[in-house]
Amino acid sequence: MRARIHITLKDGVLDPQGKAVGQALAALGFAGLGEVRQGKVIDIDLAETDSGRARESLEAMCERLLANTVIEDYEITLAE
Amino acid sequence: MIAPEIVAEHGLSEDEYARILDILGREPNPVELGIVSAMWSEHCSYKSSRAWLATLPTEAPWVICGPGENAGVVDIGDGRAAVFKIESHNHPSFIEPYQGAATGVGGILRDVFTMGARPVALMNALRFGSPDHPRTRHLVAGVVSGIGGYGNCIGIPTVGGETGFDSAYDGNILVNAMAVGIADADRIFYARASGVGNPVVYVGSKTGRDGIHGATMASATFDAGAEARRPTVQVGDPFTEKLLLEACLELMATDAIVAIQDMGAAGLTSSALEMAAKGGVGIALDLDRVPVREAGMDAYEIMLSESQERMLMVLRPDSEEPAARVFRKWGLDFAVIGRLTDTGRVALAHGGESVADIPVDPLVAAAPRYRRPYVETEPPAMPPLPATGVAPLDALERLIAGPELASRRWIWEQYDHMVMGDTVARPGGDAAVIRIHGSARGIALTVDCTPRYCAADPRAGGRQAVAEAWRNLVAAGARPLAVTDNLNFGDPQRPGIMGQLVGCIEGIGEACRALDFPVVSGNVSLYNETGGRAILPTPVIGGLGLIDDLDRRASIAFAAPGQDIVAIGATAGHLGQSLLLRDVLASPGGPPPPVDLGIERRNGLFVRDRIARGAVSVCHDVSDGGLLVALAEMALASGIGAEIVPPDGVDALAWLFGEDQGRYLVALPAAAGLVERAAAAGVPAAVIGRTAGAALTVSGHGHISLASLKQAHEAWFPRFMAGR
Repeated sequence: MRARIHITLKDGVLDPQGKAVGQALAALGFAGLGEVRQGKVIDIDLAETDSGRARESLEAMCERLLANTVIEDYEITLAE
Repeated sequence: MIAPEIVAEHGLSEDEYARILDILGREPNPVELGIVSAMWSEHCSYKSSRAWLATLPTEAPWVICGPGENAGVVDIGDGRAAVFKIESHNHPSFIEPYQGAATGVGGILRDVFTMGARPVALMNALRFGSPDHPRTRHLVAGVVSGIGGYGNCIGIPTVGGETGFDSAYDGNILVNAMAVGIADADRIFYARASGVGNPVVYVGSKTGRDGIHGATMASATFDAGAEARRPTVQVGDPFTEKLLLEACLELMATDAIVAIQDMGAAGLTSSALEMAAKGGVGIALDLDRVPVREAGMDAYEIMLSESQERMLMVLRPDSEEPAARVFRKWGLDFAVIGRLTDTGRVALAHGGESVADIPVDPLVAAAPRYRRPYVETEPPAMPPLPATGVAPLDALERLIAGPELASRRWIWEQYDHMVMGDTVARPGGDAAVIRIHGSARGIALTVDCTPRYCAADPRAGGRQAVAEAWRNLVAAGARPLAVTDNLNFGDPQRPGIMGQLVGCIEGIGEACRALDFPVVSGNVSLYNETGGRAILPTPVIGGLGLIDDLDRRASIAFAAPGQDIVAIGATAGHLGQSLLLRDVLASPGGPPPPVDLGIERRNGLFVRDRIARGAVSVCHDVSDGGLLVALAEMALASGIGAEIVPPDGVDALAWLFGEDQGRYLVALPAAAGLVERAAAAGVPAAVIGRTAGAALTVSGHGHISLASLKQAHEAWFPRFMAGR
């Protein structure tokens, strides 16, 4: 089973990297941009076939390592 | 109608709330309540400590600006001034160690450049829980990385500091950051607003929903999702701070600025109110003009956001355009958000409506000041020493390989301590030394505190913290000028804790007076406790000194073999509260070493004079761990060993490991002249041995090779951080 995890800063947390991307886009002439926010994607292959147990295990991974839950949110998507 | 629980959530007592009703003559609205609660918070008003802080000496002929401004300012000659301050970021660093520590650095830097100084050095004082505590390693890694991340990115060297471990900090770590800047002595900028009609300008980053103060506003003005939206941790952006620093300094070179204040704790609220209060003027702000990061922020959020990298300024009339050009050039927000008024009130408008209108002076004047009841700590009696067969060199090896004294290389190697090119003495010595750019003179910096002394006897501990900072500066060859203090304590509403605070402040005051070492800035951090368990009293002293000639200074490394080693100051062998008792003999206790300030001063002035005259260039102060530890540190710093001979008829352990104060070790080619001069000055000085070889030898007690000592000294930190 394959999982994709999106990790993003929580709403309201300053995102200096997103801000820098926004400024760079504006400098290249892309007009009409509002706030730019960025995050990361982590793909994980799992031996687990039960989606409930897979999700449980992925949540533990996010809580303990993948996301800094003080300032970040995560979202887990499972694929076949 | 404001519910009592909302008032309580804002940290206001019933009595304090009654006072607000009295001053306003009506109920505050939620925005006003938020503003007043921030103003009257312990953090902004120093309500528990102010009466005691007022007893500290703050003046000297070289002090340009004492406490009360963003940072302290001292004259360092040649028309220049040093601007410096220390500040805590304890709680945020416990929640999110990287960002907490990073924004602590960012905040203290703003305090310094707000006053017109270019920051030239950073220091930090850190306290973590027991190395065995499961969270400690994570916190150390995050805090050190956060300090390095901010300091390295903005390009200001982190030149030194101190780090301690104790289980008393398991639930409350301490992260105290100190910054030092250099300014022209006649171009210092203050926060005092003046000139009715002058524009009030917001510069820097946009305002977001960061760190809006602890109080949860469950009132009807906020929707149910408000809490989830509001992060309690601020994220720092050192690259924006670099732009803000350069933009501010560029504008400061013109005469556009009347007053300037950074937005730190309680953000726009505290900066606007402080500027108005100091200038005795009113201020009218239109919050619709505040640059915001997110749509839909309300007045409460805008006023109490703690978004980083922001400043508030009052400009002279007609300088708006040139100032705006400077900030736009640096890619920063610039917005005129209001004017000074003659009403003496802070009036806020948002969405075309008045959202707050409160008098400044009455609220500042009525800010609570408490003389909280306190109980003095009874200093413990000296316990009987355990009968022990511990060999001195085994004890040394254990101490120097343990968490308290192990090399901090793992920490300072993560900091850029050389950027800017003026670092003369790197981390690891008694004091860091920074060249005053383009001159042959330097400033020396140190941070010191021995919490176990303060816990046993707060007054003696307060004296010792100041004396050790002073001594570290002297040992580097500097003339100590002034102090910034960071007072970290538990809950002051507990009389025992309040007694620690009072005792430490009294001790600090006595020492600062006796050593001509005034306090020019500082910070108080209270309520550092979890589940009724308080931290050790930790009054960190940041000291700054001046070196008139960088060719005449001292460092701790031995210079050559075959030199005489002289102990200056009397060794009585005081073992109470020593590391030997606590960490080797497992018998902690007793009173801390007494600090005789007259002797401290006499010994220190003698040493400094010898260094300033070029007679001594190798010097180390004797502190934690005593004489043998100091000797080992000098040997390890140089790779040159030493042979020493304990005097006849003394207890070797007490002589080698006692922590008597007012002592220095110096090494020089021939000691006779020094010893003679010391005798004439009434300063005890005794030749205890010579530098030699590649081992440390204690006559009658064997020897240990520097290679194994170094291995022991360097191994602990990397091993701890690797989880082994």
